[in-house]
Amino acid sequence: MYVPAIFLQSTNFIDYCYIVAFSLFIYGMSGLTGPRTAVRGNLIAATGMAIAVVATLLTKHIWDGSATPWLIVAGMAIGTAIGIPAARQVHMTAMPQMVALFNGVGGGAVALIAWVEYRHRFGGNYTLKSEIPTLFAATIGSISFWGSGIAFGKLQAVLPSRPLKLPGQAVVNGGLFLVTLASAIVLAAGVHSQALFILGILFAAALLGNMVVLPIGGADMPVVISLLNAFTGLSAAATGIALNNTAMIVAGMIVGASGTILTNLMAKAMNRSVPAIVAGGFGGEVAAPTAGDIDRGPVRSTTPDDVAIQLSYARQVVIAPGYGMAVAQAQYAVRDLEKALEGKGVRVLFAIHPVAGRMPGHMNVLLAESQVPYDLLKEMDEVNPEFARTDVTLVIGANDVTNPAAKNEPGSPIYGMPILEVNQSKSVIVLKRSMASGFAGIENPLFYEPETSMLFGDAKQSVSEITAAIESL
Amino acid sequence: MSLVTEIAILVLAGFVGFAVISKIPNTLHTPLMSGTNAIHGIVLLGGLLLMHEAHGWFEHLLLTIAIIFGTINVIGGFFVTDRMLEMFKRKPEPEPTADAPAVDGEADGRPEIEK
Repeated sequence: MYVPAIFLQSTNFIDYCYIVAFSLFIYGMSGLTGPRTAVRGNLIAATGMAIAVVATLLTKHIWDGSATPWLIVAGMAIGTAIGIPAARQVHMTAMPQMVALFNGVGGGAVALIAWVEYRHRFGGNYTLKSEIPTLFAATIGSISFWGSGIAFGKLQAVLPSRPLKLPGQAVVNGGLFLVTLASAIVLAAGVHSQALFILGILFAAALLGNMVVLPIGGADMPVVISLLNAFTGLSAAATGIALNNTAMIVAGMIVGASGTILTNLMAKAMNRSVPAIVAGGFGGEVAAPTAGDIDRGPVRSTTPDDVAIQLSYARQVVIAPGYGMAVAQAQYAVRDLEKALEGKGVRVLFAIHPVAGRMPGHMNVLLAESQVPYDLLKEMDEVNPEFARTDVTLVIGANDVTNPAAKNEPGSPIYGMPILEVNQSKSVIVLKRSMASGFAGIENPLFYEPETSMLFGDAKQSVSEITAAIESL
Repeated sequence: MSLVTEIAILVLAGFVGFAVISKIPNTLHTPLMSGTNAIHGIVLLGGLLLMHEAHGWFEHLLLTIAIIFGTINVIGGFFVTDRMLEMFKRKPEPEPTADAPAVDGEADGRPEIEK
């Protein structure tokens, strides 16, 4: 009995477990390259995590202290009790908020751990090697926690999604950053009023997290969420260095890499640089006086019956969904429309812009939920050449991502952003509640083009009416 | 472990991460993000490892919160990712009418379908 216990508790055994764990993370993530292997990939990664946690719980002395076992068990039980229901009940439309929330608690955990580590290691045997990563983790973790909180508030519409900007924001942010940096340097140099400075770091970083995300408009949310995801990952990797834990280093770094890749993809899809987004302000200050002055001509409106006829006689129809479709809960109606058209022998494709939802890949999840076959979902580069061959394009709740001004009006605030070139198709039908401008507050000349007609009303109801009309043809 | 070794692991993990993640298609970016989200919940280990060194109620409190946060992150993250991926895996069969209840035990997954 005794010998296996020693073996299981040996540092060697536990370190090997960590190696197994991070290998499983990497292997699991590589399963995400295809929808068929993805579920298994996620399970493999989860197994890796289970191994890492169990190995940690086997570590010698970890249960020492009268309160320790209770607190560990209680903490994990409470976390499970909160995490599982949240994960099971969340609606797919609310996924960005959920991810922001999970990301935030991760960042918060990093900041708290760094804080404790600092408190009781300082002054003693505390080398720069663990001190610098700890300070880094405290800063980034705190930024991530508060920034994710604000992002959650904006996505959940608890906070206004328009950019909130203070005068002199850049100066304030710069100042906060300097305070954080200065506190970190003072601490690392070994000045002994450590309690004050670690609080200074956590507090300044918290303010910074708030200040950086508050001025960012809702349209930029996919970038913000990806960026905060990368931050939490990097802070976890830093904690891993401080604690000599290989599983944490590798896991954190993979998340950092993934977050960075997604951030760049999203920023590229919006033709914006990450620093410009973080510096804030999109949409809010884009007053559209010039756009309003141009007389773009009349707007044609149409009826569900006319649309149904047009669609039934088409050979190829492309549906370009936007977040508005999800807001109207129209995914299921759209799936029914797709089925009805398929029944008539019409080829239907879905054109998915990278920033069509509120986070990377969000639209795909929403359509997958309503059981649209994923091979009909085409990415922007894949679908753009198709528009010339398309008879009718249905734009449902999307606006800015179809705005041709991004291609041919150099003065437009979104000029240069890659778009779905829906105006290349023979005719375009835009389903829209009213003529109000999109999320970014930019007028869309697409609506005034001769091949475009507008179908005003609630997206879900309009789509159902079209489907009914097609079926009765 | 020496700092150099750890930095080496860090850098290599970064390259591996970039190589693996850049192969993942746009379609799966939301599950990717929630999956990696779950993985950074590994900071939970930090809370577990430090708990027995904590002095006083305040540090115990901070670490307990950290463990709660980390567990939410890990458990919630993997669960929600699994839920999403199941929807991608699901074969789009001849679908029951919109008001038929979900029969495949997936009742948790779908928002209510309004009529």
